[in-house]
Amino acid sequence: MKRTVPVIIASAVGFVLVIAFFIPRTQAWGETAVLWFNILAAVAFVLGAGNLIKVQLESISARRPGWGFALVTLVAFFTMFIAGMLKIGVFPAGQYPEHAWSGKFDSAGAPFGWMYNYIFSPITATMFASLAFYVASAAFRAFRAKNVEAILLLGTAFVVLIGNTAMARLTDPLPEYLAFLRLDVLVANLMSYVATGVTRAITIGVAVGVAATSLRILLGIDRPYLGRL
Amino acid sequence: MQRFHAVGIMIFDGCRLMAGPALVLLLTWCIATNGALGAPPAPTDVTAEDFPWDDGTNANVRWSFDTAGSDAIQGFRIYRRLTADELAKERVERRVKAAETAFDTSLKSALETATSEATSEEHYFVGDDTPQDRPTKRQAAIDEATKEALKAAAAADGEPLFEFRAIGRAEPDERSFKVTTLARSSSYEFRVTALGIDDSESEAVDAAPVTTRRHAFVGERGFLAAFLFGLCAIIVGAIALARGGFRMKVRRIAGLDALDEAIGRATEMGRPVLFIPGLQDMDNVLTVAGVTILSRVARTAAEYDARLEVPTARSLVMTACRDAVQGAYYAAGRPEAYNPEAIRYITDEQFGYVAYVAGRMVREKPATCIYMGQFYAESLLLSENGNAIHAIQIAGTAETSQLPFFVAACDYTLIGEEFFAASAYLSGEPAQLGSLFGQDIGKMIAVALIVLGVTLATVGAFHVPAAQRAADYLAHTVLKQ
Repeated sequence: MKRTVPVIIASAVGFVLVIAFFIPRTQAWGETAVLWFNILAAVAFVLGAGNLIKVQLESISARRPGWGFALVTLVAFFTMFIAGMLKIGVFPAGQYPEHAWSGKFDSAGAPFGWMYNYIFSPITATMFASLAFYVASAAFRAFRAKNVEAILLLGTAFVVLIGNTAMARLTDPLPEYLAFLRLDVLVANLMSYVATGVTRAITIGVAVGVAATSLRILLGIDRPYLGRL
Repeated sequence: MQRFHAVGIMIFDGCRLMAGPALVLLLTWCIATNGALGAPPAPTDVTAEDFPWDDGTNANVRWSFDTAGSDAIQGFRIYRRLTADELAKERVERRVKAAETAFDTSLKSALETATSEATSEEHYFVGDDTPQDRPTKRQAAIDEATKEALKAAAAADGEPLFEFRAIGRAEPDERSFKVTTLARSSSYEFRVTALGIDDSESEAVDAAPVTTRRHAFVGERGFLAAFLFGLCAIIVGAIALARGGFRMKVRRIAGLDALDEAIGRATEMGRPVLFIPGLQDMDNVLTVAGVTILSRVARTAAEYDARLEVPTARSLVMTACRDAVQGAYYAAGRPEAYNPEAIRYITDEQFGYVAYVAGRMVREKPATCIYMGQFYAESLLLSENGNAIHAIQIAGTAETSQLPFFVAACDYTLIGEEFFAASAYLSGEPAQLGSLFGQDIGKMIAVALIVLGVTLATVGAFHVPAAQRAADYLAHTVLKQ
């Protein structure tokens, strides 16, 4: 029973979503199913937050290596949580100026919005910016000319890289009958035909794979969410 | 002599009197025959009808027009009458926008004045306001404008509101227009005009009101439904075939074969195995496929007594992963080794999650890193960190934009369909292997369609209209969705 009921629910919801895509009268059912997923995710979020607090508190209490990070995490978590939930310093909305809590929790000028804009966003932007260095190191490793495939990859990357810079103009003087060798034309052809063709081949394989995987789950053949192998 | 002179004067006077009407007549004749200086003729028989076999959000507008006159126009303009609600909403938006612009302009002017007059220490201050106060004041101005606009819209509710708004254009040879994004079961009015070469517009012709209606089936998705249910039938048939004892051969997938070796290495080194199920929630099929692979990884980790860590970016994924890992430890006969705390929720924020996982990698130095699921910019951040600590790395995703990064940084990568085949490949169950066989048949059908399309388009290029029409039908109707 503990296994059968979840499988029936999962299958029924899955089939409803498929049918709702084709039959307009059942679209409301699909919307309801998605709503239920959101409710479940919201409930699970409480579970996740509880897990986060528990793990960090354990780390601090046991003085595990790096427990200071756990302390920072908890302080940041509760500061943002309290500022957002209690809408501290929120400017009232125009429609209800007499109600102090009527504004948005992340409105500009409020502590939550301020912390988000001036602390959180710069930190995440810093993490994202570090990607540039990782791209450089990965490219350096990937473009070593070890074999024929690597040489082809290196050559293609070189053409695309140079073709997207001002150096592409160096090939402009090529005569008309050799126009296909101009760097901008080469780049356009590589991206439009070779790269697009390969991407589409992968996409078709993925689409068929998604259909097969979904069917396995809907039919209960594959049920990872129940912990059955 | 005098008689001749008098006759000459008479002729001159006659010409002078006739010149005005003659010019008017000439002009009229030019307009009537050429039409270049006037509005084009209006379309006729304008009708609007509910779009057949749809979800009730579309309508079709049709009209007639003299084909001979098509050369003298640059197309048709289609109008829709806006509802009172739409007009009120527009009015609110317009006022809010105006308030935003007015506030920004006054702030800019105040700033310029202050900058020219202030000393260097006072450069960043305008009156008593600090830069931190400005967003608050700006928001207050916008909120006030919103309040006023809502009041005005409420006051205008009782007023009759009529306004036709242009919603699209049709080419001179087109005689119909599909109007989309309408509300279901609502009445709409349309009108059509012809557009002259000189941008003049003909008299508008109204169509009778039409009410959108929801139908039993979305006709445009008919071919997609046929493909989907056909593919499902093939897969179910292949599963039945496999269960009946039909032997299926599956090619080796290096990345999946390397899983056992990678987990064994972690055991030997006494370091953990890190499994990342991607950033998305359980409503994403890539995450579901990742959790399936986690089951197998967890079972091997349980058998080899390796430490498994699964940081997740979604709470629901954490609970699903816990169930999957617990089941795997039970199946391996080592339920006591299962540690739910090793599967933990970190944060929903992409780079917050990356910061945690990257830090964990650097501090704990896991021997094996496995990435299975949906990844975005974090793919390279994570896999390069894994590479820096010399971990064996196995990745799998269907996100084509991230595959090159995984290929560059990881030892093994499951590309696209291999990722979805992993569950069946690792389990070895006939039913699952059968689904792989069905998947292959689906791909063969896709290849056949590609070959057919390329052939038809190539033949069509040699001025064979039937082949071209067939290629167009295949591309724009059969494969539209």
